[in-house]
Amino acid sequence: MDQQITLQVDGARSALTVDTRTSLLDALRERLGTTSAKKGCDHGQCGACTVLLDGRRVNSCLVLAVTAEDAEVTTSDGLAADGPHALHEAFVDHDAYQCGYCTPGQITSAAGVLAEAAQGWPSAVTEDLAAERTELTDAEIRERMSGNLCRCAAYANIVPAVAEVAAAQGVRA
Amino acid sequence: MREFRYEKAADPAGAVALLAGAPEGAYLGGGTNLVDLMRLGVATPDVLVDVRTLTSDLVEELPDGGLRIGAAVPNADLAADLRVRQRFPLLAQALLAGASGQLRNRATTGGNLLQRTRCTYFTDVTQPCNKRAPGSGCGAVTGLHRNHAVLGATDEGPGSPHTCVATHPSDLAVALRALDAEVRVLGPGGERTVPMADLHRLPGEDPSRDTTLAHGELITAIDVPGLPWAVRSRYRKVRDRASYAFALVSVAAAMDLDGSTVRDVRIALGGMAHAPWRATVAEDALRGGPATEEAFAAAAEAELAAARPLPDNAFKVPMATSTLVRTLLQISAEARA
Ligand SMILES: Cc1cc2nc3c(=O)[nH]c(=O)nc-3n(C[C@H](O)[C@H](O)[C@H](O)COP(=O)(O)OP(=O)(O)OC[C@H]3O[C@@H](n4cnc5c(N)ncnc54)[C@H](O)[C@@H]3O)c2cc1C
Ligand code: SF4
Ligand code: FES
Ligand code: FES
Repeated sequence: MDQQITLQVDGARSALTVDTRTSLLDALRERLGTTSAKKGCDHGQCGACTVLLDGRRVNSCLVLAVTAEDAEVTTSDGLAADGPHALHEAFVDHDAYQCGYCTPGQITSAAGVLAEAAQGWPSAVTEDLAAERTELTDAEIRERMSGNLCRCAAYANIVPAVAEVAAAQGVRA
Repeated sequence: MREFRYEKAADPAGAVALLAGAPEGAYLGGGTNLVDLMRLGVATPDVLVDVRTLTSDLVEELPDGGLRIGAAVPNADLAADLRVRQRFPLLAQALLAGASGQLRNRATTGGNLLQRTRCTYFTDVTQPCNKRAPGSGCGAVTGLHRNHAVLGATDEGPGSPHTCVATHPSDLAVALRALDAEVRVLGPGGERTVPMADLHRLPGEDPSRDTTLAHGELITAIDVPGLPWAVRSRYRKVRDRASYAFALVSVAAAMDLDGSTVRDVRIALGGMAHAPWRATVAEDALRGGPATEEAFAAAAEAELAAARPLPDNAFKVPMATSTLVRTLLQISAEARA
């Protein structure tokens, strides 16, 4: 069944008609030609499709496009609107990828991790749950980024890349 | 995926009215389970009523020190709520042990409780499964069942329409079961409250039904009653990898100690049954007794005496026993510190 929607993606508004079954990921890639977010599994299991929806990281493969009508969608491309984001630069400096397929999802997810840490959100490895401040140790980064798989196993370089930006943003000593 | 109409309602009553008129329709929360199952052809609603932001998204104080959690509160926000972290650590830990940061941002409290089993025969429409296709048999009981139930399952053989050895996958539900939470539900006939003890059911003779809710009943909120000694509580989850995996076995526990005597205790087990499993046998064995490793082990063994494991999941019995003992030891060590 078709439905008319307006999507706001990386700062641009587009009106389109979609079948209600269309995922946000397919709407971005197949309809709007925004191929930054990738399809790895289509089941919420890999994180390659991660985008920021009103600033919160989500798996766009499990979001129906019709439900994103009033939201602001940001892909890794969108984070580079004013030149490379600190995360982009850190990923390049640390060689935090090989094939690059998972990278846009890693970048948007890391942006989400930094925002969540700035709000003091805990994780499964946080020792003191009652603490109001979050310290993004390597163990914290690994746990918080566990929803993003990398088949090239660039993890050893992704963690220091995220750590560098975390330190610059004051959520890591 | 079957075609469907997408609907929004002005308020919860409007959503209930929409589904009352759509026998094959479904509510849509964050969609992190339902959209996946629709893509697999396991769920085939013809109408989706979007309730992701329709019910309360607030965590509110109850007069007894407990909390009322709106059904629309995302899993991530609930885990981050300082009152949850301070008063009910097991609840925050259960949420944080589940899924990924992305999924927790989107998933709702109501949807989490009603997520379906991860049994691989249930999610594969080419396989027999009494839960998905009643009467087709159970592929798991003589197939891949390493992750399946050891308590309260129905095993009358692979061809029986009653057989189901699935587990309930929610971590949150296990913590809420230990806390004696109550689920507030709105249906065509009005409001009612369902204790967590009665929400999820064992398969019995009808594995197709996960819960006691009727079609179209909308979860609006969860009440967690005050329990001052839950400040010393834990959720411990054992899984195949350190993160982003469902539980093989999990334990939600809170313990109230008077010196070295157990004054009161709450224990629920996950990954063990078709519903979160309240360990009442272990609780009764512990209450009034010594808080020692020997007593914890004896209580765990008494609880697990009812286990009927299958060939490939017998490991869950000693795993649950030792996980329960470790969890109680950890809580008592914290209480003494
Ligand atoms: C890769 C992956 C890993 C995961 N790992 C874990 C894990 O380790 N632990 C864990 O606990 N969970 C895990 N999950 C499951 C996740 O927690 C659930 O998908 C999520 O909590 C469901 O919430 P939702 O709001 O997205 O529900 P939806 O998918 O929207 O809905 C689920 C069900 O609830 C119904 N529903 C939704 N809201 C209401 C309401 N208010 N009233 C009545 N009915 C309603 C829907 O009709 C549907 O039947 C994982 C999921 C994925 C994809
Ligand atoms: S265990 Fe239950 S869900 Fe799994 S195949 Fe058997 S009947 Fe279906
Ligand atoms: S494509 Fe969405 S999580 Fe893999
Ligand atoms: S860089 Fe190849 S999948 Fe991550």
